[in-house]
Amino acid sequence: MFKEDQLQKIEEEKKKWVEDLSKILYENPERLPRFTTISDMEIKGLYTPEDLKDLDYSKDIGFPGIYPFTRGIQPSMYRGRLWTMRMFSGLGGPEETNMRFHYLLDSGETGLSIAFHYPTLMGYDSDSPMAKGEIGKCGVAIDTLKDMEILFEGIPLDKVTTSMTINPPASILLAMYIVVAEKQGASKREIGGTIQNDMLKEFIAQKTFMLPPKPSLRIIVDTIEYCTLEVPRWNTISISGYHIREAGATAVQELAFTLADGIAYMEAAMERGLKVDDFAPRFSFFFDSHIDFFEEIAKFRAARRMWAKIMRERFMAKNPRSWMLRFHTQTAGCSLTAQQPFNNVIRTAYEALAAILGGTQSLHTNSLDETYAIPTEEAVTIALRTQQILAEETGVANTIDPLAGSYFVESLTHRIEEQAWDYIRKIDEMGGMVAAIERGYPQSEIAESAFKYQKQIDSGDKVIVGVNKYVTDHPTITIWRMKPEIEERQLRRLREVKQMRDNEKVKECLQKIRKASQDGENLMPHIINAVREYATVQEICDVWREVFGRYSDPGYF
Amino acid sequence: MNPEWKIRILIAKSGLDGHDRGAKVIARGFRDAGFEVIYTGLHQTPEQIVAAAIQEDVDGIGLSSLAGAHDYLFPRVIELLKKKGAEDIVVFGGGIIPEEDISALRKSGVKAIFTPGTPIEKAVKWVKENIKPRK
Repeated sequence: MFKEDQLQKIEEEKKKWVEDLSKILYENPERLPRFTTISDMEIKGLYTPEDLKDLDYSKDIGFPGIYPFTRGIQPSMYRGRLWTMRMFSGLGGPEETNMRFHYLLDSGETGLSIAFHYPTLMGYDSDSPMAKGEIGKCGVAIDTLKDMEILFEGIPLDKVTTSMTINPPASILLAMYIVVAEKQGASKREIGGTIQNDMLKEFIAQKTFMLPPKPSLRIIVDTIEYCTLEVPRWNTISISGYHIREAGATAVQELAFTLADGIAYMEAAMERGLKVDDFAPRFSFFFDSHIDFFEEIAKFRAARRMWAKIMRERFMAKNPRSWMLRFHTQTAGCSLTAQQPFNNVIRTAYEALAAILGGTQSLHTNSLDETYAIPTEEAVTIALRTQQILAEETGVANTIDPLAGSYFVESLTHRIEEQAWDYIRKIDEMGGMVAAIERGYPQSEIAESAFKYQKQIDSGDKVIVGVNKYVTDHPTITIWRMKPEIEERQLRRLREVKQMRDNEKVKECLQKIRKASQDGENLMPHIINAVREYATVQEICDVWREVFGRYSDPGYF
Repeated sequence: MNPEWKIRILIAKSGLDGHDRGAKVIARGFRDAGFEVIYTGLHQTPEQIVAAAIQEDVDGIGLSSLAGAHDYLFPRVIELLKKKGAEDIVVFGGGIIPEEDISALRKSGVKAIFTPGTPIEKAVKWVKENIKPRK
């Protein structure tokens, strides 16, 4: 990016600066022996044009909306439209969550995001013995279409987009969403939203798994194939680094494993015979925004550049929309502390700022009380207001990719990219991500990083304010509690639905799902028919568990 | 007591909760501290945990919960241990557990609860002081 003679001059000047500095440091040494990111990447005291001498502006950085999209995927970025403010919400039953949705939309939220309770996430109904003690605690309980109808009461699905964090039963919840929209008079061609639908990172990190990897991939490709034809505005998958990071990965591992998962999904869909430019534009991504500010910004910028290269060079995509890495961000839950919980507001604000400077398309900001429970209305309001203050008061959305050209940020972006390619090459050599997961490779890399980080906290090498430094007593805060009657109401409604529906028809629909599961026919039309007849989440998942078998945790540590 | 005998601990993930970062970190920390550690893996019912504890003849069970179901699952493990006549196995727990739930859990028989931010060393020390190899 700089002329040879310029660089030479800078090099000479830098030499002099280093000499002066070493004299100063002799008297007053630096306060740490090593300066590192939270991922333990060593950071120098100063970056200069020398660090960018291998970069080419047009090729490596370029312009927003143009390959390789380092500076952002849209030409106008936030000057055209702000990121979508999408708060991950789900509490108790569909009634409570519907109220929370309305409250958030009235408070200026611009998209919905559903958190399901654990039984739904794992393909069990509320009346299953496996659901005991878990109903409505970690998200909203959804057993049948009836619950989804209540969840979206008064919310027009042709106007709002909805993201659903759901994996093994993703196709079932998508089917329910399609039918609720249909009942509202909105066609499946109009509705927009996202299902997470990313099973590979479940085996790696989030661990809500049900079927073994291969049948899991088959069902994912069914949803991709179906939506490509029938639900054109739907994001068929949200390839997620968030959970990988939360499980303890470094920034580079998060980036590399996520893109390697993306490669595996591309390959699976192309194996089915889908054409790359037909389905790839509906792939989306989801990253963590952790507390190390510049490392995160560099990670987001590197992610866009890498995916663009993967899509154009490896998968020969021609459509620029296939090259674009569109992503949602959530601030880092694992960076929050139970100690002095009000400090979490500050952490979340910096993490949100990093996501915005990194060019995210949508954002969830965590609430200060989430190390204890699902957020209260008061806490979630502060979290949403954090985004609104960033968007409309601070001026950070005025110009596109404002940190581009920073010697430090560009150099870090480049370094993170190089290190992530090393991982991707290693995974390719193992035969791809499915094979790597079967060997436990990403799992053990993450466990290693998590343990190393914990040791750094315990030794005080890494500081967490209020935990290993500046420790004081703090007052307890009021947290959200689930009312016990919610569980009773959920069980009662499920009983009633099972009595009122046409059980013969449900049986028939489940039989068709079984047959399609065995024959390899696309499952989606059959799932839609089944949920329309009020088949439950578990009834459908039980068919799959019987046909495909279960996956259980190998349990290494 | 033979000084060669090591403390045997079962680290267990109960219920549908998938958050296993803490459980794995503590399992490794305990192993490094010289304990014998058995990890159940995820998604274990209280029945499975108690069966594993008895079969592996452990001295203590460390239960991990980050999804809010501790108030049902932890006491259930204690109840089943009693039923099987294995109440001498010491049960402790950790995870996302609101402070106001801790006294009820302790009353049910959970000997200690470690909340977020606990250093590994603190948990190790507690185990050494409170759990002895039983043979």
